[in-house]
Amino acid sequence: MVPQPPPTPQEILARLEIFLIGSCSIFLILILPLLNVTGDIDNFTLNLWGKYLCYGILALSVDLLWGYTGLLSLGQALFFSLGGYMMGMYLMRMIGSLGQYKMPIPDFLVFLGWTDLPTFWKPFDSFLFAAIMIVLLPGLIAYVFGFLAFRSRIKGVYFSILTQAITYAAALMFFRNDMLMGGNNGFTDFKFILGQNLREPATQRGLYIATAVLTVGTFLLCRWLTTTKFGLVQRAIRDSETRVLFSGYAAANYKLFVFVLCAVIAGIGGALYVPQVGIINPGEMTPEKSLEAVVWCAVGGRGTLVGPILGAVGVNALKSWATRAYPDLWLIILGVLFILVVLFLPKGIAGIPGMLAKLFKRIPKEPPPAEPIVEQPVVAKEAQA
Amino acid sequence: MVKLSAILGLIVLMSLSAFADTPREITGKAVLAEDTAEKLTLLKSLEGSTDPLIPELLTKWKEGELFIYEPEGAPKAVVLLTGEKDADDKLAAIDLATNSPLKAEDGSALRLTTDEVTSADTDSDIRLAMKTITDLFAIADPNPLRRYKAIEQIGLDQNPEKLAALQVQQARESDAKCRRALEQSIALIQLKSEDPATQISACNTLSGLGSIAAQDALRTLGRETATSNPPVSTAANDALAAIGRHVKLVNTYGTAFRGLSLGSVLLVVAIGLAITFGLMGVINMAHGELIAVGAYTTYLVQNIFGPGIALSPFGWKLSIPGFATTGSTYDAYFLVALPLSFLAAAGVGIVLERGIIRWLYRRPLESLLATWGVSLVLQQVFRLVFGANNVQVDSPAWLSGNWTVYDVILGWNRVFVIAFAVAIVVGTWLLLTKTPMGLLIRAVTQNRTMAASMGVRTERVNMFTFAFGSGLAGLAGAFLSQIGNVGPSLGQSYIVDSFMTVVVGGVGSIFGTVISAVGIGVTDQSLQQILGNPVLGKILVLAAIILFLQWKPAGLFVTKSRSLES
Repeated sequence: MVPQPPPTPQEILARLEIFLIGSCSIFLILILPLLNVTGDIDNFTLNLWGKYLCYGILALSVDLLWGYTGLLSLGQALFFSLGGYMMGMYLMRMIGSLGQYKMPIPDFLVFLGWTDLPTFWKPFDSFLFAAIMIVLLPGLIAYVFGFLAFRSRIKGVYFSILTQAITYAAALMFFRNDMLMGGNNGFTDFKFILGQNLREPATQRGLYIATAVLTVGTFLLCRWLTTTKFGLVQRAIRDSETRVLFSGYAAANYKLFVFVLCAVIAGIGGALYVPQVGIINPGEMTPEKSLEAVVWCAVGGRGTLVGPILGAVGVNALKSWATRAYPDLWLIILGVLFILVVLFLPKGIAGIPGMLAKLFKRIPKEPPPAEPIVEQPVVAKEAQA
Repeated sequence: MVKLSAILGLIVLMSLSAFADTPREITGKAVLAEDTAEKLTLLKSLEGSTDPLIPELLTKWKEGELFIYEPEGAPKAVVLLTGEKDADDKLAAIDLATNSPLKAEDGSALRLTTDEVTSADTDSDIRLAMKTITDLFAIADPNPLRRYKAIEQIGLDQNPEKLAALQVQQARESDAKCRRALEQSIALIQLKSEDPATQISACNTLSGLGSIAAQDALRTLGRETATSNPPVSTAANDALAAIGRHVKLVNTYGTAFRGLSLGSVLLVVAIGLAITFGLMGVINMAHGELIAVGAYTTYLVQNIFGPGIALSPFGWKLSIPGFATTGSTYDAYFLVALPLSFLAAAGVGIVLERGIIRWLYRRPLESLLATWGVSLVLQQVFRLVFGANNVQVDSPAWLSGNWTVYDVILGWNRVFVIAFAVAIVVGTWLLLTKTPMGLLIRAVTQNRTMAASMGVRTERVNMFTFAFGSGLAGLAGAFLSQIGNVGPSLGQSYIVDSFMTVVVGGVGSIFGTVISAVGIGVTDQSLQQILGNPVLGKILVLAAIILFLQWKPAGLFVTKSRSLES
């Protein structure tokens, strides 16, 4: 072998990144649960982290759409809660006859005067079916909506407003009792999952590990996707969709794929979220919840993959603290944080090192170079080829 | 001869009674009258009087509580026996005519046993006349609204005994609404008649009136006479069908009106957004909170006109004294609140524009996020200042009440909101097209760079435009305070709707916003009417909007542009 030249700064950075990702993954997947087993971390904290990571998955889906494709979807909360509802239906069936009314069907159905299970509830006795639906339902809805929206070239703000409207409409629907999905109260009082008691710390730990594994898995998937040619086109669409179209790419198909993928990711996040928090109701489905996920993504740093997870965990940890310390001021803190981030930190927390580096570089060399858009020439080249 | 003198005597009596006699005296005279005809005439003279004493006296008579006392050597007197019986079974005697204790010759209060008096008796004719008077009493109420209700109720009871009273009232009724109710009630009672011809004519009257209230009675009649008297049954069913058509028409008009009014609400709410979002391209998620600023300003102004208000924002005590006005001065608070709401919201808008939005004109998606942050902050501020619960804003007297046209109930506030929407749209249109400022606004919104190079101070125009749009939101808030609750999340319930309205109308087109607001309003109300379910209607409207945008992705009215990335 020819002796390798000394590693360039990029290579050093890449190695550092792999090391960091690896150690974070090991920390999340192995060390945290181990510390829980030894009792150094209580069950509540572990459960909280599980919740944060579910939000992290949701934020990743927002980022893949917004940060990488330029589609600000305010419908991610819808897909998140749809996944949650599908898991919730399975969990409701697992309660069996242990509900308040001691009937073999969910309590709210008894309350509504049902004696038999409605047909669409029946297959949810099987975890496999529920798992398929967790992926299928958000994916299908995203496909239909995305197909219609992208075909008629709805983009930018219009896309945001439409996804907001569809989320709002769905929330209104789930608030209705005759939807037979629990109405206002949604699903709660879960008892078992896959034969395990949900109240047991071991079950909760298992759920946490599953969440951590899936978070890391989603992260790696997104990371791989963004380095492929597909990811390049994705970013090209974000920067100038018209040029991508003129270069002969069917931008609508790319967007549709990303949209469906993100819906599925959000759905999986929701499905993991529900058994850990023990409740799902239409309040999770409102456009505000989508906006909150967008906040995490923006605070953490959009257009990076670490950013959304950082943002989701950070903002929610801040929320957990502030809602206890300053219950009256929490919303003001969140709002102001958000305004400040948008105004002064367009790249979020993950962008701080970059900003500092730029500041550092700017001092010796006077005219600061305009930030070049790297992707566009590449797209043009590919189109010529 | 005897008859003639009797009549003459009666006339004298009546004319006397018309001048001087109180209901007590008339009743007394009627009790004492020898002849039934005379009694009836006297009773008839009570008709149309509105003294609440009359039904009371007549009931006493009917129930045998009036007695005739015939002392020797003195005129007969009508007395009431009241109080506890004493040892001699005697009761206190009250003179009916004067309502004071009857005096004996020595001036002492007289006490009588029931044996010393004879009970004032009645016969069927007298009882009928009395009944007519008591019934008439309710339906002759001087307040037309109460009269109307009484008349309607009698009709629904279908009591044939009350027919006479209604007919008497019909002859002298002057109020058009009550006349109609009388006609309806008489026809309703006539449905119970024995005579098929009367029944059929009553059916026809009801069908001609389009009487919604008569449907049940007609249905019953149609069923009962189906075999016994087919012509009546047919008439009843025909009338029912005619009324059904009328009801459908009324519902259609009602739906159209409610749709128009909902459309106007949407328009009022969305017109500010049509300026800030449509013209300037700023996604202002705090638009809803600007509406709430207007609504809370109205609330404050109302309280300053009224008893004053004490607030405790962020732990400080702040109490604003009120002028404690009442009546029409108090009602005028709304006229003061309108401009103040506009100014308050415009002020918040200016702060918002100068502080945040002007940095984000080139990043519309981020203006969405930053203004959402503003919306969170403002909502929490409302909660801290005014409390988390809804506050009560009273409507001025001239905005409450309603107006019934052709069985369609039009609420004054709903009528007013339509007029208000028209005024706002016309005002906005005039400002944008007929003033120098409007010219600048259009120039800047169409091409900011070009306008700047022509020497337009775009910064200032932006500020003004945004303030104007925000002010319109404040006006909308003043309005919404009149038709719904005012609470910290007031704006949230309108934000999705207003964005939808602007997007459907075509961003940048005020006219499009008008059309889409009215269209969405009418569609929403029609769907509600058809489905009978407000939530389902709303969901369908949202779905319809999404499909509509498939067909016209840029909305109803597209602003033409040569720009590639628009």
